[in-house]
Amino acid sequence: MAIPIAYNLRNLVVRKTTTIMTALGIGLTVAVLLAILALVQGLGTTLSVSSDPLDVLVLRKGAESELVSLFTRSQFQDLKFKAGIATGRDGQPLASMEVVTIMILPSYANPDGANLTVRGLPPAGIEMRPNVHLASGRWFQPGQREVVVGKSVAQRFPGGQIGQKVRFGRGEWEIVGIMDAGRGTQNSEVWGDLNQVSSDLQRVETVSSCLVKATDAVTARALINDLNDDQRLAVHAQSEDAYFAAQTAQAVPLEYTGIMVALIMAVGSSFAAMNTMYAAVARRAREIGTLRVLGFSRGSILLSFWVEAMLLSALGGLLGCLLALPLNGVTTAIGNGNFAEMAFGFQVTPKIMLTGVVFAVILGSIGGMFPARNASRKEILTALREG
Amino acid sequence: MRYLPLILKNSWRNRRRTILTIASIGISMCLLGVMVATFHAFYLSDPTPQQALRLVARNRISYTVSMPLSYEAEIQHVPGVREVMVSQWFGGVYKDARDPKNQFPRYAVEPGKLFTIFAEFQIPEDEKKAFEHDRAGCVIGRDLANAFQFKVGDRINMTGDIFPGDYEFTVRGIFDSPRASDEMYFDKEYLEQTMPERRRGNVIMYDILIDNPANSARVAAAIDDHFHNSTAQTKTESEQAFIVGFLAMLGDVKMFLLAISGAVMFTILLVSANTMAMSVRERIREVGILKTLGFTPASILGMILGEACAISVAGGAIGYLISTALMRAVAKSPFGGFMPALKAFDPEVALICVVAAGLIGVMSSLVPAMSASRTTIVEALRSTD
Repeated sequence: MAIPIAYNLRNLVVRKTTTIMTALGIGLTVAVLLAILALVQGLGTTLSVSSDPLDVLVLRKGAESELVSLFTRSQFQDLKFKAGIATGRDGQPLASMEVVTIMILPSYANPDGANLTVRGLPPAGIEMRPNVHLASGRWFQPGQREVVVGKSVAQRFPGGQIGQKVRFGRGEWEIVGIMDAGRGTQNSEVWGDLNQVSSDLQRVETVSSCLVKATDAVTARALINDLNDDQRLAVHAQSEDAYFAAQTAQAVPLEYTGIMVALIMAVGSSFAAMNTMYAAVARRAREIGTLRVLGFSRGSILLSFWVEAMLLSALGGLLGCLLALPLNGVTTAIGNGNFAEMAFGFQVTPKIMLTGVVFAVILGSIGGMFPARNASRKEILTALREG
Repeated sequence: MRYLPLILKNSWRNRRRTILTIASIGISMCLLGVMVATFHAFYLSDPTPQQALRLVARNRISYTVSMPLSYEAEIQHVPGVREVMVSQWFGGVYKDARDPKNQFPRYAVEPGKLFTIFAEFQIPEDEKKAFEHDRAGCVIGRDLANAFQFKVGDRINMTGDIFPGDYEFTVRGIFDSPRASDEMYFDKEYLEQTMPERRRGNVIMYDILIDNPANSARVAAAIDDHFHNSTAQTKTESEQAFIVGFLAMLGDVKMFLLAISGAVMFTILLVSANTMAMSVRERIREVGILKTLGFTPASILGMILGEACAISVAGGAIGYLISTALMRAVAKSPFGGFMPALKAFDPEVALICVVAAGLIGVMSSLVPAMSASRTTIVEALRSTD
């Protein structure tokens, strides 16, 4: 026969100071874990919504990022008539030859200047990224020294507003619009006209990369194989998804460090939970004796105290979720594959919160095991005499 | 002070609780020790004497944008500069790039200047000569040699990514360094030869040796001023600042360290406060007896505060000792090569940890100690808890 859970709940309520302090300790541990998971989740979401599964990114063979890649206009002439490329609104193949470089601009967080990705692209490039919309202002005009910046640039950089000028290449460029890419990485980019940007960088013939849209998923795979096997082109084609997925690796050192920290803190707070439960067992020796006299078995005493420890830690887990929730929507930035700033938001999802609570309960069940065993081993007579 | 034996006896009364508390505080303190030591190494510590003599110049825009090779001669003429060396980040792919072990740093440098700039590198004279005479030769750090079992005379094959092509290097020497040494240096001439004409004449970094650490800031500013009106402006900073700036690419490291340290401190505070509250509550009748024996409220306050301090300082000391061992491991790991010099023992860090532990002890027990010292004798004796 099991002892009702209400008994444990009431005990936790009666010793509320101790309960809250122990739970808060566990909660902080859980909050650290959740913060790291939310960061990794936020980065993952940002990277996954930035790409389209049908888009194929073409880089020079051996290049790991757009920044070190080279792609020539003559390669483009060969590439754009490959089979399987979708057709755009203007009847031309949806293939966007792009030039990527880096500029420096002082941000609020980094007044010495943070790096931003500059992308020169043709109209097809904008059409191929349906997640990017103009939020305010207008698109850049071909042949003009004009750029459109992502909304994170506008938020994080004092000089990233419409009407202001930024410097890269051989001179100044006017910001004429702000684009919104949802959660996408394009929020941290600066876009200009392909021809204008590439001539300014003296890279008219050799740009960086090419993005092509396949008609469907099967063709996309065939297209990738076709491009990679083409000896004359000598390019490395991959799905844009795969390219972005590889960039989540940027967060791996942070993720490992954070999880290590949370695990070490968990050991510390499970000791604290053990302490609290031992004290609870000692204070309630007479109650334990009474319960045994009433006919509850050693097993049900063990279970009861163990459940109490888990309830305590579950409360801690919930507190941890509450502590971590305000992180939702906080933006931070990390260096991307191009060594430029990539802003993204923390994302505390229900799944992450569940992980936190489960983590807390496991922690509590380990910490509560020994005190519960201690309680169940008490002899009736000595227990009644104690306290 | 004469209450010290009593304080120690009291804290050792409930052994299990004291041990658990010390263990809990110790583990958290060890984490705090690592965080404080890292923070200290990154933002507060003095560089080693060799590091203090080195500056790194790069293109102001980014680590990835190059500058003309012609800058070398111009930097050499800036007053205070003793030596300048071209340092080209090679990148490249060794075996399978997905295995992080294969991503050790490789730089194309000037063999004749390498061991002048990095005076702390120890290498046998004949190996150094052999490196200088073989254009396709390379020298590698001891840690790298150990990781791959490389020996002098071995061939290392690499595929270029930033500089396309296939490269074969011969290991001409293995050097020892007081820091983690998992990097490889080879002759920039070899790289320059493989490049198409239009890509030659550019470099990512200059390593600069100056004559006096005190001139560091002045020389750096003089170099940047010199190139202020050039097409490629430079950013020159101390090696320490360069490394910290590079690490900032990983995210907001400073914020990360501070947030975790804060969370850890608060956890310790809670653990310690909880323990003290529990033990004072159990002992309230004893407090009454002590008072009848003539102990003043002040001495009771002192005793309880002292007990809390004793426990948390013990935890803090144990935690700090573990953290020094951890720091030694981190400094030896491949990651350590990318970091500023990490010291296993630093008196300032030790002091911060112990003082933090003591403060936490006082703060955590202030409330129970005050209430115990204020309880009247009758009330305390009547308590049945």
